[in-house]
Order: sequence, then structure tokens, then C-alpha cells
Amino acid sequence: MAPHPQTWLKLLSQGLYCEPGGFFIDPLRGVERAVITHAHSDHARPGHAHALCSPATRDLMQARMGQGAPATIEALSWGERVTMGGVGISLHPAGHVLGSAQICLEYQGSRAVISGDYKRTADTTCDGFAPVACDVFVTEATFALPVFRHPDPLAEIRRLLASVALFPERTHVVGCYALGKTQRLIALLREAGWDRPIHLHGALAPLCAIYEAHGVRLGDLRPATVAAKSDLVGGIVLAPPSAVADRWARRLAEPVVAVASGWMRVRQRAKQGGVELPLVISDHADWDELLATLDDVGAPEIWVTHGREDALIHAAGLRGIKGRALRLVGYGEGEEE
Amino acid sequence: MIAFADLLERLVFTPGRLAKLALLRRYFATVPDPDRGFALAAITGALKFPTAKAGLIRELAAARTDPVLFDLSYDYVGDLAETVALIWPERPTNAATPSLSEVVATLASAAKADLPAIVATWLDASDASVRLALLKLITGGLRVGASGRLAKTALAELGQGISADDIEEVWHGLTPPYGELFAWIEGRGPKPDPRHAPVFRAPMLAHPLEESDLADLVAAEHRAEWKWDGIRVQLVATQGGRALYSRGAEDISGAFPEILAGVAFHAVLDGELLVMRDGVVAPFADLQQRLNRKSVTAKMQRDFPVHIRLYDMLFDGAEDLRRLSFDERRARLEAWFARTQPARMDLSEQIAFSSLEDLAELRHAARAASIEGLMLKRADSPYVPGRPKGLWWKWKRDPLSIDAVLMYAQRGHGKRSSYYSDFTFGLWRGDELLPVGKAYFGFTDEELVMLDKFVRNNTTQRFGPVREVAKSMVVEVAFDAAQLSTRHKSGVALRFPRISRIRTDKPAAEADQLETLLALVERS
Ligand SMILES: [Zn+2]
Ligand SMILES: [Zn+2]
Repeated sequence: MAPHPQTWLKLLSQGLYCEPGGFFIDPLRGVERAVITHAHSDHARPGHAHALCSPATRDLMQARMGQGAPATIEALSWGERVTMGGVGISLHPAGHVLGSAQICLEYQGSRAVISGDYKRTADTTCDGFAPVACDVFVTEATFALPVFRHPDPLAEIRRLLASVALFPERTHVVGCYALGKTQRLIALLREAGWDRPIHLHGALAPLCAIYEAHGVRLGDLRPATVAAKSDLVGGIVLAPPSAVADRWARRLAEPVVAVASGWMRVRQRAKQGGVELPLVISDHADWDELLATLDDVGAPEIWVTHGREDALIHAAGLRGIKGRALRLVGYGEGEEE
Repeated sequence: MIAFADLLERLVFTPGRLAKLALLRRYFATVPDPDRGFALAAITGALKFPTAKAGLIRELAAARTDPVLFDLSYDYVGDLAETVALIWPERPTNAATPSLSEVVATLASAAKADLPAIVATWLDASDASVRLALLKLITGGLRVGASGRLAKTALAELGQGISADDIEEVWHGLTPPYGELFAWIEGRGPKPDPRHAPVFRAPMLAHPLEESDLADLVAAEHRAEWKWDGIRVQLVATQGGRALYSRGAEDISGAFPEILAGVAFHAVLDGELLVMRDGVVAPFADLQQRLNRKSVTAKMQRDFPVHIRLYDMLFDGAEDLRRLSFDERRARLEAWFARTQPARMDLSEQIAFSSLEDLAELRHAARAASIEGLMLKRADSPYVPGRPKGLWWKWKRDPLSIDAVLMYAQRGHGKRSSYYSDFTFGLWRGDELLPVGKAYFGFTDEELVMLDKFVRNNTTQRFGPVREVAKSMVVEVAFDAAQLSTRHKSGVALRFPRISRIRTDKPAAEADQLETLLALVERS
């Protein structure tokens, strides 16, 4: 009989550890061997000696981490399989950001899939989530409350464009993180017909170039820092949330502050920090997507890495699925949503 | 409901007045009758139908959701209507999203027993934003991020040569959905005739008098009165009813029933609402106890007795006096007062003076906290709505000031949200600093940049959005009066505190003591 994944996947202080394989998944501290789901800073931490990940994640890590990047990185394309200590490893798209992967581990006939962060909504800037049947599905639960049901992102973008049309003398500045959300917003704006230049805060530009290098067309992007204030009137500027709420935004003409995040769904949350136009656009699965994914992978047991595990485990129980909370402190910090 | 819900959502998040106006204008210009009329009623608080209890929406949600998941969600969101709006698991329906007028009409007529099924169908046919507006509307919890006055201003801007004041003059004779009003504004119909309704008339306002204006004033051409520190009101009593309005056209009748109960005449009067005991005006803090209430207890009426000090008369019966000169109106007011002997009212005293120097002296000597300064009115001035130039002046007495130490700072709102612009300042009691007030304005843009920088570089602790700063920055705080207050830790409340100067020249230890401020407290 195949061994239960809990006999070969252990929870150590550094994170989830595959004992026979001798590697960690998204470890929270520097380790000898790491398998990385995606390049967000809470999952790809500095200081690893060797890492395995998707080619795009490799490029993003090298661009972002500099000296902190793993000394050697082995890239694996979708579905390609390698073996370490008798553990088969393959990567499958997670649909979260460019290069984001689910990690499928097989050991002596039992299979665990670690989702990393994921979403199910279509996104032209990364490959879509591919469900993999498994014995244990290790899932995130960032938005695991039934109140989180993300609306159609294009409809949200149209709300932004309607506001741009209503306030032509103001600059719309959208708060968004550098990796994933920025490029997705740009792609959605293009899809909605916005073909004018989009101005970027300096912190957002480098990763856009890597997206372009991986074949994601983003159109005319310009730096917001050197552009004359008047060029930005009636335009759209993207900037990190920290800059939007701070002195950086003062250079803009009467900015309308928008923030694009799944958290914007709840008003009280959105009202904090002076957001004038909350846009509910998320890179994570919402409640319905989480439940649909449990059905799609058909695992009899789920482990929840981070987020609202109480609600998700309760809902899994109602479906006859066993749930376990890993409570990995450290995910969902810094660079999420 | 879709456009209405969208409007509500934008208004809640939009801090700027101009932006709110733009949102309202777009709404009124693009949404057809009668929906926009009902929206106007919702914003002005004129929408009346029996509201449902919160229990109804709770039961609706309970019937469709898992109780554990509902509780976890409610716990997270914190607001029942919003939780239900977000969690509602729609069932497929062929029904269209209801219009605002359909909702209003249905709520006004539906039998109570039918309500749950009706509401459930509406929720199925709506998205989360519409559901939230619906649920708030149904339970009477709708909060709109815009005042009725702002909505009327937006409406006026859609018309040709119509002002918000013009709308106020007909407003209280109209009922939702205001078809007549929209027709007039869009040039499709005549100005609505309020007939005998007790409508509000735009009040006449004064300009602040600067020292430089004094040279051009001729004493003999002016009349002087005290400027009292209450709230300016308009009392309207006509064949059609009676109402008490604030200066901003808000109907505040409900909060002051004793004033209206004493009205046995037909007139439109302009005056100052004050709390008075034995003929003496109480501090503004007392009046504040009575403001912003829909209704009032007998105890409140006893403890904080209100009174109107009359400044002017706009109508005597049905006769419009506004074209008459100030002197003529005053004569009419005095004669009317002698004849009518209205309860809870007196006449604003006219101050005798022979020169502006006399007046300056009087103004300087007036130290009662309830006096803000002097009013100067041209004897020949007609009653002109708005703030006409050169007719009425308000001559505030010189502000008092203290040197205080900056203690805490918070980010401002709207345009200022990237600056620390809300400041708490304190005075010394022995070697302890005690907060005595908050100021949000008074400083120049350059001074704001400087204060903001100081806060960022000198933060010692954070409490949520509040930053505590090193006790090293002295600011001069100007204010109009200091009044004893049991609600403030320092025991003193300041009227209109503002930061008038940054005293980088002064070390914190040399800022004022609390005693200095207490010595400025006046009891009238
Ligand atoms: Zn992520
Ligand atoms: Zn994450």
C-alpha cells in the first residue's frame, strides 16, 4: 500500500519538507535545496543554495533577488519530471502570476500536490491552472470566506475607465504590486480597449520587461517619474500601494486613488488608507474557485498552508474531505494582493 | 438600482466635494425619471416607507447559507447587511435587477408576509453592490456620502441660471419623485409653485471685515448688533405649515419641538438659535447637546432650553419684506414682536455707537464667550440671498492664542491624505503635557509640508493611524473662545482652534501652562 503523504512530507520550522527527497517547498528561511512555486517574496525567500522552479520563476527570481537568489537554479518546464531521492517532481501551472507552479510530488505510488498561490479566473499574462488528481492537496486559503467572490475583472476595469472618463482633469493612480497584479492590470486595460500609454512607478518597470521577454505583450509603457505632470492628466498611473498612499502620489494632478485587490471586496477594509476607487481584482482563488478546485483535484484530504483555514476546512468537511491546517506563518506577508 | 448602487458606492469612497458633485451630476443627467427622483429623495432623507427589521435579512441569509460559514463571515465583515450582500448565493433567475422606483413602490405597498420572498428574488437578480444598497434601503440603514444640499447643488448645475438656493425655495413644497422639479431644471416646465408650503429662503450672509475695509465704512450708514455664537436659523410659519431650518436648509424642526410649539403666527424670521438660561446665553457646547438629533427628550428640553434671538424678518404674514431696507424691516420686526409677543424669542439688541472707534472699543471689550464679535449692516440694505458684497459685515473679535506643543498627528482626508495634517496639541501642567485640542487648518501649504516632515522624522510611537511625536515642536494655536467642558480631559474646550504659526523659535519647555488657558475661559 502506498505510504500516506504525511509519512514523507513533514512540517519543520523552515517550512514543508520532503524527507526522502531532501528538499523544502517554498521554505521560509535559506536552505540547501528548495522547490519554489512562484517568485513572490513570501514564497521565494533569499539564501537558498539550490532551487528548482519554472523557467519564468527563475528569471523573475534572478531579476528581483540579486545576491539573494539561489546559487544554482534548475528550471523545469510544465509536466517535465525529475527524481530526487526517489521522489518524482513535476510542475503544473497555477494561474497565479507568470511562472507560478503547483508542485506535484510522487513517492512510492502516493501523490501530493502543493498549489502555492493560485487562481482559476482566466489571465492572459500566465498559464491557466491545471488540476492534477492527488491524494493530498496542499492549498492556500487567502480568500477562504464565502464573502469573497471576485467579480469579473474586466467589469472592474470598465469601472476604472468610466471614472477616467468622468474626471478627465485628474490622474488615476492604481495601487498594485510589482509582480503579477501590475502586468495583469495592464493586460486587462489593453483588453478593455485602453491603447494610450500607461505610466509606471519606477519600482514596477523591471518585471514588466521580463513578462515581455516571456511573450506577454503589454503595449506602450512609460515611466511616471520623468513624465511631466501634464502628460499624466487624464491618464492612468500604476504604482506600488505604499507609494500611492504616500508622498510619491503628490506629484500627480488631483489623483484618484484606486487600489486593485481582492481585499477591496469588503468596504471597511477598502476604506482604510484613503482609497477612492476600490477595484476587486485578485490573483488568488475566491471562495467559489477554492471549492471548485477541491472538487476538480478529488483529493480525500487537504492541507491548508495559509489564510482562512477555519472556513475552508469546515467547507471541506461538509464535502467529506479531511482537512488539516499547517498554519505556515510567513506566507501572505509583504507581497500579496 | 444599478446606477443608484454605483453612485452610493462612489460617494462613500470619494472625499472631494467637486468629485462628489461630478458623480451626482452624471447620475441626474443620465438616469431617467422616476428613478433619479427617488434617488434624490433617498439622499435628502425624504424617502418614506415602512422599513423591515434586520431580522428579516438575517433569516433570509440563514435559509441559504451554512451557519458556521455565515458566522465566520459576519465576524470578519462586521456589518450584517454587507455580510448578506457579499455572501448571498444567487439562484439563477429570469428576473431583472429591480429599478429603484420598483423597490420603493413595492416596499410602500407589499404585505409584510410577502416581503421575504420578494426580497430574496431581488437579491438573486442583483450583484453585491446592488444587494448592499437594497438591504440598507430596506432596513432604513442607508448612509449617503453626500448631503441633500450637495445633491441640490449638483441638480442646479444641470439647469440654466438656476442656483441651489432657487431649488431650496421650492423644495419643501415638492414630493418624490420630483417630476416637476426635473422638468423645470431641464427647461421643460415652469418653476414649481410651492403655494403655501413652509419653504426655506436662502439667507443673507455677511463678509468678514478686514482692517483695510474699515476706512471705507461710514458709521452713520450702518447698524451694529452682537454676533452670537449659536446656529443661524430660519423659522418659517405659513398657512401650509411651519418649520425650523438651519442656514444650510436642513429641516431641524424635529430637534426643537418647543420652538415650533410656540408658533401662533405667519412669518419668516431670521435669527440665532441659542441655549439660554434666565436671559443669559450659555456656551456653544450646551447648544451642541441639542444638535444632530431627530427627536428630543423632555429632560433635554429642560436642561438645555433653547431660544431664538431675532435678527431680521423676511415675511410678515404673506407679505415679502425682502426688498425693504434693513431699517424698514427692523421697524416691521419690532412692531410685529410687540404685537405678537412670541414665546422663546427676543430681539437682537441694536448697539448705539457714534463712530467706528466706539465700535472697535466695544468689540474689544466684549469677552463673553457667547459673543463672537459684531455684525455691521448697512441701514439701507435689502435682504439679498447669498453673500452680497458691501452690505453686511461680520467683525469677529481678535482671536485668543496659546503656544502649545505638538503631541500627536494623523493623516488628513482626501487631498491631504498623504500628509499628516490633523494635529493634537497640549499644554503643560507641571512637567506633564495635557492634550487640550485638535487643529486641522490655519497653516499655509508650506507650513503643512514642514509639519508633515516633522511628524515623519520625529515619530516616537504609533497607535493605529495615530503617530505620537517627540515633544519638541511649538505651535501658536489661535481660537475664538475657551469654554469649560467636562468632556475634555483638560477641562477646557476651544472654539475654532487653528494653527496660526509655527514657533520654531520657541523651545517646548517655554510653551504655555494649562493655567494660562484656564484664565482665558469666560463664563457668560
Ligand atoms: Zn503569490
Ligand atoms: Zn502567497
